Amino acid sequence: MKTEIYEHKIFKVSRRDFLKTTSMSMSGLLLGMQFSCTDTSKKLTGNPSTVFSPNVYININGNGDVILFAHRSEMGTGIRTSLPLVMADELEADWSRVKVEQATGDEKYGDQNTDGSYSLRMFFMPLRKAGATVRLMLEQAAAKEWNVDVSECKAQNHEVVHTSGKAFGFGYLAEKAVALPIPDESKIKLKDSKDFKFITKQSSIVDLKDIVTGKAKFGLDTKLPNTKIAVIKRNPEAGAGLILFKMEAAMKVPGVIKVFSIDAPGFPTNFNKPLGGVVVVAENTWAALKGREALEVTWAKGINADYNSLEYGNDMLKRAKTKGKVRRANGNIDQALSKAKKIVEADYVVPHLVHTPMETPCAVAHFHDNTCEVWAPVQDPQGTRKSLADALKIDLKAVTVNVTLLGGGFGRKSKPDFVVEAALISKDMGTPIKILWTREDDIQHGFYHFPSAQHLKVGIDENNKVSGWLHRSVFPSIGGTANPASVEPSGDELNLGMIDLPYAIDNISCETQEAKTKIRIGWLRSVSNIQHAYAVGCTIDEVAHARGVDPVQNILDMLGEDRLIDAKVLGSEFQNYGQKSEDFPWNTRRFRKVIETAKEKSGWGKSLPKGSGQGFAVHRSFLTYVACVVEVAVDANNKIKIIKVDYAVDCGIPVNPERIKSQFEGGAAFAASLAMKSEITVVKSAVQQSNFHDYQVARMADAPYETAVHIIDSNEKPTGVGEPPVPPFIPALCNAIFAATGKRIRKLPISLA
Amino acid sequence: MASYTLNINNQNLTVNAEPDTPLLWVLRDELDLTGTKFGCGMALCGACTVHLDGNSVRSCSTPVSSVGDKKVTTIEGVSVGTAEGKLHPVQQAWMDENVPQCGYCQTGQIMSAIALLDKNPNPSDSDIDSGMAGNICRCGTYERIRKAIKRAANTTAK
Repeated sequence: MKTEIYEHKIFKVSRRDFLKTTSMSMSGLLLGMQFSCTDTSKKLTGNPSTVFSPNVYININGNGDVILFAHRSEMGTGIRTSLPLVMADELEADWSRVKVEQATGDEKYGDQNTDGSYSLRMFFMPLRKAGATVRLMLEQAAAKEWNVDVSECKAQNHEVVHTSGKAFGFGYLAEKAVALPIPDESKIKLKDSKDFKFITKQSSIVDLKDIVTGKAKFGLDTKLPNTKIAVIKRNPEAGAGLILFKMEAAMKVPGVIKVFSIDAPGFPTNFNKPLGGVVVVAENTWAALKGREALEVTWAKGINADYNSLEYGNDMLKRAKTKGKVRRANGNIDQALSKAKKIVEADYVVPHLVHTPMETPCAVAHFHDNTCEVWAPVQDPQGTRKSLADALKIDLKAVTVNVTLLGGGFGRKSKPDFVVEAALISKDMGTPIKILWTREDDIQHGFYHFPSAQHLKVGIDENNKVSGWLHRSVFPSIGGTANPASVEPSGDELNLGMIDLPYAIDNISCETQEAKTKIRIGWLRSVSNIQHAYAVGCTIDEVAHARGVDPVQNILDMLGEDRLIDAKVLGSEFQNYGQKSEDFPWNTRRFRKVIETAKEKSGWGKSLPKGSGQGFAVHRSFLTYVACVVEVAVDANNKIKIIKVDYAVDCGIPVNPERIKSQFEGGAAFAASLAMKSEITVVKSAVQQSNFHDYQVARMADAPYETAVHIIDSNEKPTGVGEPPVPPFIPALCNAIFAATGKRIRKLPISLA
Repeated sequence: MASYTLNINNQNLTVNAEPDTPLLWVLRDELDLTGTKFGCGMALCGACTVHLDGNSVRSCSTPVSSVGDKKVTTIEGVSVGTAEGKLHPVQQAWMDENVPQCGYCQTGQIMSAIALLDKNPNPSDSDIDSGMAGNICRCGTYERIRKAIKRAANTTAK
């Protein structure tokens, strides 16, 4: 499995696949009509056993219930609400009559890999069309019943109303519509944006009440009869094997049923293979954990046994200072830097990081009769299904992946290794298996954000203009987790904040160096945008000071005239997040607009007490434009308090503004963890941190006190907001700390001591 | 294995468990009260927060043998005693402020917030910081948690 975040399998509306033939129960016809409403001018419901199922996302039954299938995974973004809202709006459904059901992993839904902030980008139009198609069919069904022209019939609020005032409910029309052919696409009319009822309007998430009452079902909450609990003791070195284990003490723990080993995959491990190790299966969780503690294991050493992340980082930093492989070139960087009147030069270092979703990886699997059903919090249900079929050597159709709510994902749960573990153990045991990863397992056996070293050198000419930009980025590629030949940052990874640099600088060189992947590396919320936006955003702030220009004005100066950036300028490796530049141009006018909005709304430049400061940064990621102002106060003990964050965001049509705001509030807190708290270090290939006492994350007092999100009113195509809040926050915070203290932050996590 | 009769959400329930079994796993594995969540197993994150006689405790680090006759309240029991179909005011405040994102930590957050407000009906910002310091939310819903606590404080004060 390649890193699917980069594959950008754009879902196209294929009429054949997308609008399947209708289905219904014939009993409805035999029993005749049943009307719940005696008013003959308004028939609301039909036969309750009728199911009108014109496409894979929408079912309407005779009761008038509209069932919308959420095919993307819910990990906190609100997508399980937002995409159904899009369909319901075009369908003219009454939201209170809508039930959202989670789709299983199945190709018929199109792409389900909930990653790369592309759910809305990819599905906004297809799902609008899906809703509008069904709306038209209901209108056609009503027209046929009344024997009038369809133009006289209009769907509104769960009914189709005739110009005369008479109406049929969706439930009544469901069985009439079953018989109709799928209308030609040319007949489908999408709503005018001024008529949106749900899109761009406020709405609460569909799981809200279940969540606050404890009824919401996450990965560990499925219980099947006779389920046993499994935990695994894994080699501290990813992929390395086992020499021997002693199980006697473990087997003496009351409740332990079986102890056995599963093979290690070697390194690279790939993204979907279990790490192997010694499995303890028990009647209950506590017995499994105590059994595991009682194991005595001797591990084999693998090819990365000597991996030491600090030494590795020092080596990367050394090499970042020497000429690398050129990945984007404009003009002549050597000449520009040698002729420069002023030089800004700095190195930036970011450590390994890990996701730590509040819900650790977990799954329930039941293998029986050569079939496998799982209930799991996975971002990529189709990839999970395929991984299970491969690992169990059974047909894809024999695998059912039920997607529970995800207790956070952040990229971790797009890798289904933990689900495969549960399934393999279930196959061995012959019972349903619930696998638990403890927090220690999660932190010590994760897929880590790459450690990185960057070197930036910027030349300012005699006219006080930025004339040269050299950026070297060194980090082990995610690809190296699957492919040993992947030993240098990939173009995909450089597109996230390095070679997509928008500034109008005549001489640019973006370079990389080799760095071999020695531990499982995986994508973490916003991926390489994390380190690139940090280094670029802080360097630009240093340039402002070197030029003697206000930091915001400096960015506008560097940005130049409003334009759609010619992809040729960005070089042959530019990918635009998998989208054509015609569809999603790199538009510096939109960039400028978020800059100016954040400047204005934040009260940029306002006078602040000593020890306080504002910092600015702007970044486009996942095709969403975001500017960020952070205000901090730093006390005499170097304690940093984040007083206020102002984000300006242009994500095209703001489909669900309430959830956009929540993503930005949360994204700021997530980024605050990365900037101020978190660090994974590795010694002799073993992760040194184990739980939240030594892998720290932001708590309430560390998080921003107030985050204001200023959404640009836009009619552009919608783009995602899951990841884009993270990248600009970190440089804005560091620049604010500089404004408050005069100290530059060139290494994360921030240390002012 | 020993037998324990626990008072959980005003019901006496008998379970068989090893004495050192954390209350969390008794609730989840034996009693199917899955609203209480596992997050760290070391009382560091607060996802497993329940009340013992009204005080918030981390059920992942509370051996079942230490519970005795103390009253255990879980998220499933907090609205007991409120009017039929009504939520606890803190749960309602959570809904009114649209606090949850993924939702996983929220039951623990709500349990901590209820205990905080029971002792301090009108907490200041720093009271909230310290009262909620034991609860981690990786989605970063802290601002709304703070707002919801203030909203609940105002509702209860009325």
